[in-house]
Amino acid sequence: MTKATDGETIQFDNVGLRYGADREVLSDVSFTLFPGSFYFLTGASGAGKTSLLKLLYLAQRPSRGMIRMFGTDAITMPRERLPGLRRRLGVVFQDFRLVPHLSAFDNVALPLRVAGAAENDLLKPVADMLEWVKLGERMHALPAQLSGGEQQRVAIARAVIGRPELLIADEPTGNVDPEMAIKLLRLFEALNRMGTTVVVATHDVHLLKKVPDSLIMRLDKGRLSDPTGALRYPPRPSGGFGARN
Amino acid sequence: MTTELPSSASNTLMQRWRAFSRGTGPELMSQRRLAGPMPWVIAIMVALTVIAAAGGFALSNTASNATEALSGGVTVQVVEANPVERDRQAKAAARVLQATPGVVGVVIVSQDDVERLIEPWLGARAIVDQIPVPALIDVRMRAQVDGEVLGGLRRIVRNVAPAARVDAQSTWLKPVFGAINSLQWLAFALVALLSLALAAAVLLAVRTALGANRETIEIVHLLGGTDSQIAWVFQRAIGFDAAGGGAAGLALGLVVVMFLGQQFGGMEAGLVSSGALDWLDWVLLALVPIIGVLLAVFTARLTVIRALRKML
Ligand SMILES: Nc1ncnc2c1ncn2[C@@H]1O[C@H](COP(=O)(O)OP(=O)(O)OP(=O)(O)O)[C@@H](O)[C@H]1O
Ligand SMILES: [Mg+2]
Repeated sequence: MTKATDGETIQFDNVGLRYGADREVLSDVSFTLFPGSFYFLTGASGAGKTSLLKLLYLAQRPSRGMIRMFGTDAITMPRERLPGLRRRLGVVFQDFRLVPHLSAFDNVALPLRVAGAAENDLLKPVADMLEWVKLGERMHALPAQLSGGEQQRVAIARAVIGRPELLIADEPTGNVDPEMAIKLLRLFEALNRMGTTVVVATHDVHLLKKVPDSLIMRLDKGRLSDPTGALRYPPRPSGGFGARN
Repeated sequence: MTTELPSSASNTLMQRWRAFSRGTGPELMSQRRLAGPMPWVIAIMVALTVIAAAGGFALSNTASNATEALSGGVTVQVVEANPVERDRQAKAAARVLQATPGVVGVVIVSQDDVERLIEPWLGARAIVDQIPVPALIDVRMRAQVDGEVLGGLRRIVRNVAPAARVDAQSTWLKPVFGAINSLQWLAFALVALLSLALAAAVLLAVRTALGANRETIEIVHLLGGTDSQIAWVFQRAIGFDAAGGGAAGLALGLVVVMFLGQQFGGMEAGLVSSGALDWLDWVLLALVPIIGVLLAVFTARLTVIRALRKML
């Protein structure tokens, strides 16, 4: 499969984040996401995984450091350009964030509608996607009428329906049975093979082994460790942007 | 949300209107988009505004019609006890007035007419005979009579008729006009206050709706929805609510205005019936709910965009 080759998708350089006046929950985070790669982000609870992903899906500005996304400086970029960038992302939120008064179908259709897709063009893809995550029968149910695992699958369907360039998933398998977890991982891999860069945050270490080609990012109390150098770009150290501590 | 409690007729009506306003797509905002009674508050505001504005228009029409009728009129009284001298001065005054530029009509009111005019005040003919009655000359001017014109006429008349008093007809009604004017301004001040209250009510309602839908807004925002897209959802929903309420308010207001119009029309009193609304007034009244809707939509947009600016 062809992988995107136009340089780095995402670059973090010395990024720090603090909420309010508290201590930093992320410090000196530097990495590059290589287009078309599959990343796991691990770390203990409270290590800062969700915080890092929030920076990635542009829900939060860092307190310091530099972030480049798809070739633009994501920090100085004017606000009007954010929606355009966000539409290139697919996000599975840790707390799902389904719209409570919309059916499973309408929740999954939401990114397509936001992007201006015609109703006729989205009926089949959305139905197929829901079928695929085994929610074909439940597509008219409201989130509150779905189990935790079912809600999670709706959230995942919504994240991947628009074939994003970067898929960001925060504990996407936390509420599903092991069999479904594997199935969802296969979905992510399939997307990855079609060129989508994937970042999956999880503290389920068993999951890591299920994707052989994956790269692992470890967060430890807000600091990123990169023992193998896999997170550097260019992959071999050649100075410049890649200087790490 | 699939199970709905049996609701009153008005609720059902509102739900149908809302279902219609949603169009084909799903509604992004929850059903409680404008806090419950909002459309009714708008209806009441619009009704009151329509009534106050109609009152203002009617008063303004009364004033301008009466002014028009009276503004070109000048009354000359010759107050003289001697009937022969009175007659002579009246005729002389009429003659010079006729020759004065700007004067389009001079009529010496016949003594019989004058007596008939003052009879209700002075009573039976017998008394009238004993009281010297002034001679009256009704003068029509081409243009409005102001102080300068009046002064000119006085100078001209005094030369030939020293016993003459020259007054603009409109001066008689000055106090009435003053009262009408105050009422008219009161009506328009009421309209302004009601508009403010409407805007404030809409603002509160939009804030509430915004709070109730904050989660949805954030989600759509994170999925790449633009500020305009999100604001549009609110504008549309609130616009439809305001339109429903505004139409009901306009209907109610018009019913009241027409009823009052009929009541006053039946009075045959010159001043009041001259306050009838003309077509432009009706058009302006019909604009009230439309302006209300625009106000609501504009407030909604401003509020939503403001709130969104605070998000990344
Ligand atoms: N909005 C916030 N305001 C203040 N502190 C926050 C906020 N969100 C997270 N934190 C703090 O930041 C730290 C990192 O939180 P984060 O949610 O990123 O951890 P996590 O690695 O995702 O944990 P988990 O595995 O439990 O989801 C925690 O100490 C948390 O208390
Ligand atoms: Mg987390």
